[in-house]
Amino acid sequence: MQTELVQEARRQAEICNACRYCEGYCSVFPSLHANRAFSDGDITQLANLCHNCRGCYYACQYTAPHEFDLNLPAALAEIRQESWEELAYPSVVARQFQKNGMAVAIAVTLCFAMLFALAKWIGQGEGEGFYAVMSHNLMVAIFAPAFLFPLASLAVSLWRYWSTVDGEPVTFNHIKQAFGAVANMRNLAGGHGDGCNFEDEDRFTQARRTAHQFVLYGFLLCFASTSSGTILHYVFDLPAPYGLFSLPKLLGIPGGLMMTFGAIWLFHLKLKADPELGAKGARSGEFGFIALLGFVGASGLVLYGLGGTTLMPVFLALHLGSVLAFFLLTPYTKMAHGFYRLAALVRDAQRKEG
Amino acid sequence: MNRPYDIVVIGGGNAALCAAMTAAEDGAKVLILEAAPKAYRGGNSRHTRNFRCMHSGPLGPLIESYSEEEYFADLMKVTDGKTHEGLARMAIRHSEECLPWMESHGVRFQPSLSGTLSLARTNAFFLGGGKGLVNAYYRTAEKLGVDVEYDAKVTHLEVDDGKVVYLDYVQGEQMRRLAPKAVVVASGGFQADTDWLARAWGPAAKNFLIRGTPYNRGIVLADLLDQGIEQVGDPTQCHAVAIDGRAPKFDGGIVTRLDCVPFSIVVNKDAERFYNEGEDVWPKRYAIWGRLVAAQPDQVGYVIIDAKSLELFMPSVFPPIKADTIEELAQKMGLPADGLRDTVDTFNASCGDTTDFHPTELDGVSTSGLTPPKTNWARPITQAPFYGYSLRTGVTFTYLGLKVDETAQCSIDNRPVRNLWAAGETMAGSILGQGYLAGFGMTIGTVFGRIAGKEAASYAN
Repeated sequence: MQTELVQEARRQAEICNACRYCEGYCSVFPSLHANRAFSDGDITQLANLCHNCRGCYYACQYTAPHEFDLNLPAALAEIRQESWEELAYPSVVARQFQKNGMAVAIAVTLCFAMLFALAKWIGQGEGEGFYAVMSHNLMVAIFAPAFLFPLASLAVSLWRYWSTVDGEPVTFNHIKQAFGAVANMRNLAGGHGDGCNFEDEDRFTQARRTAHQFVLYGFLLCFASTSSGTILHYVFDLPAPYGLFSLPKLLGIPGGLMMTFGAIWLFHLKLKADPELGAKGARSGEFGFIALLGFVGASGLVLYGLGGTTLMPVFLALHLGSVLAFFLLTPYTKMAHGFYRLAALVRDAQRKEG
Repeated sequence: MNRPYDIVVIGGGNAALCAAMTAAEDGAKVLILEAAPKAYRGGNSRHTRNFRCMHSGPLGPLIESYSEEEYFADLMKVTDGKTHEGLARMAIRHSEECLPWMESHGVRFQPSLSGTLSLARTNAFFLGGGKGLVNAYYRTAEKLGVDVEYDAKVTHLEVDDGKVVYLDYVQGEQMRRLAPKAVVVASGGFQADTDWLARAWGPAAKNFLIRGTPYNRGIVLADLLDQGIEQVGDPTQCHAVAIDGRAPKFDGGIVTRLDCVPFSIVVNKDAERFYNEGEDVWPKRYAIWGRLVAAQPDQVGYVIIDAKSLELFMPSVFPPIKADTIEELAQKMGLPADGLRDTVDTFNASCGDTTDFHPTELDGVSTSGLTPPKTNWARPITQAPFYGYSLRTGVTFTYLGLKVDETAQCSIDNRPVRNLWAAGETMAGSILGQGYLAGFGMTIGTVFGRIAGKEAASYAN
């Protein structure tokens, strides 16, 4: 961790700890106020608890031009970013993608190209629908490792995180509390339930909270759709394609719509929000990630709409390429934030238990 | 669209905003002239955190009840009876209806902050503090059609024949003149004008820190007093607390406070104690220590604690000076080492049984045979490392101001100025003669701001 960043965050946290006006906004402040001094691990935990709602910034009497020059959302965003890069496994990959939208785009393009090539030369399947373009077994051969490797990598990262923040053994209650906070994005509700200050300076709005949940729940629906398809395939011997009123479609279509819509909204909000209150260096990587999310959702929907037309194989390669890139990049892009955030919320539930 | 302004509100803090919103709701066209740039808008309200509120049962974030009598008694205690009873009781009675009004105008409250549980019954804390309140009010005012000019410094109100005829303000290089039907002055005290403070206090005032906004320079106040508008209050009286001596000259706000006095001994630059540090719980005593320190040589005090007290109070914004011996601490703080050693030894020798020590209650753990005594929390200072803070007088706002009646109206030659009202710190001296009660400034601002807005609107209509 860069010492200047930690020192700066610590300086700000000490001022916040003498003030405490922001206690009710989110989980960061009660956690901060429980300490008198801040270890590097404490700072990492605070940074990962922070959802960048910006309530504390706009309420702060000590922001520039005041000589205390507080900007806690930015200070914590920088630490958060840095911690993700450092805790990632292997961390050298994270340094390429976290901050660099172009690197994300190149990775995605490479995945597209690979899928095109596979589909064209060796993938000719004998199945129906998509499997006519690429055999089921080939898809599994590509996607099983592409799914399992990021999971293994994230497990290493979370283990590292847990030791950084001195985590304790986790109980069901901790998990329940953490998921409870995620389920309604409590930390973007502002304490009063009016939302956060991301969209329009000091005006509280539900925009970011809502847009985020569109993506989150949309993603989960899409994931559930794929899982249900896998189960239908292996357990019930019912391979794709599935009809409109099948489980994969009933989950996948609303999921894809929500994810696409949410990603476009988040992208738009991010353009409106003041970049000075986030990790400026990571902006391009974050835009890249949101664009990728949106593309995964939208290309999936288009694919469904194309059915058996001649354009379908092209979009299948594009869609699968984006999914592949998405999975592979999960530990190294903004996508990892969900895992760290959850870990931070679990840790915070432990703190509250005392 | 360019309808002329019915009402100009001078100032951009809580009282000004309450007046502006109320007047706009009554149909008046209102302009706020805020002297500060947008980033510093809100005057001292930026630094506030709560609103002291009477209530007959649980209300918003407030628990139990807080009666008019109890509220008034608390006020009389801190002001030593120097309180205008009629106006004070009116402010107290009105406070209860203010809280829901504040919520409906965008203010959000939070439970009493950690470290302030003693205020959970009496003071409603703003979520995010006073700047959060100010932001919400600006948003609401904007929706009500109130216009706001920042960096707009009012220089003169022309009072003629018992009426304000026009006012001048400077914005950037531009000098502008407006002739509204009515004016509300809510532009605070004069504490940021240290020359004015020095005229009242003598050169000692140059050593004061101004804990509040640097924009309250009393320009409008002086202009009105010069023209014979009736004044109230003593120019040396103010809300002044003892704050960390390393705080910025201006605008240090809440974080500069030190809560360690009850667990310490406080000495002056000659290493002599000068007041009972354990007289009462800190929220009831913090407001007298500003004047106590102001009365010491060079207007400076030094708090000395030992290791066992370090975690008994809210963390300080700057770390304490730390030393392994009393002599080393004295040397680091620029105090006479022998003198401090003697004072600490004498104090320690006068401490008795400390088994009843209780940091959050009056525990009666007292010194014996010591002058001045320490009547609570008197534990010997023996456990290294030792810690010290310097203390200076931090002025939040001054009490000399505009005298108003129960309709917040100003007067001249014993009759009302027909179209001039005042609210907030600029008229707080009409109620507070001396001393301060936490959260009462916001009560005065909100109650009188609303009254001034209503009266001004009814005049303008």
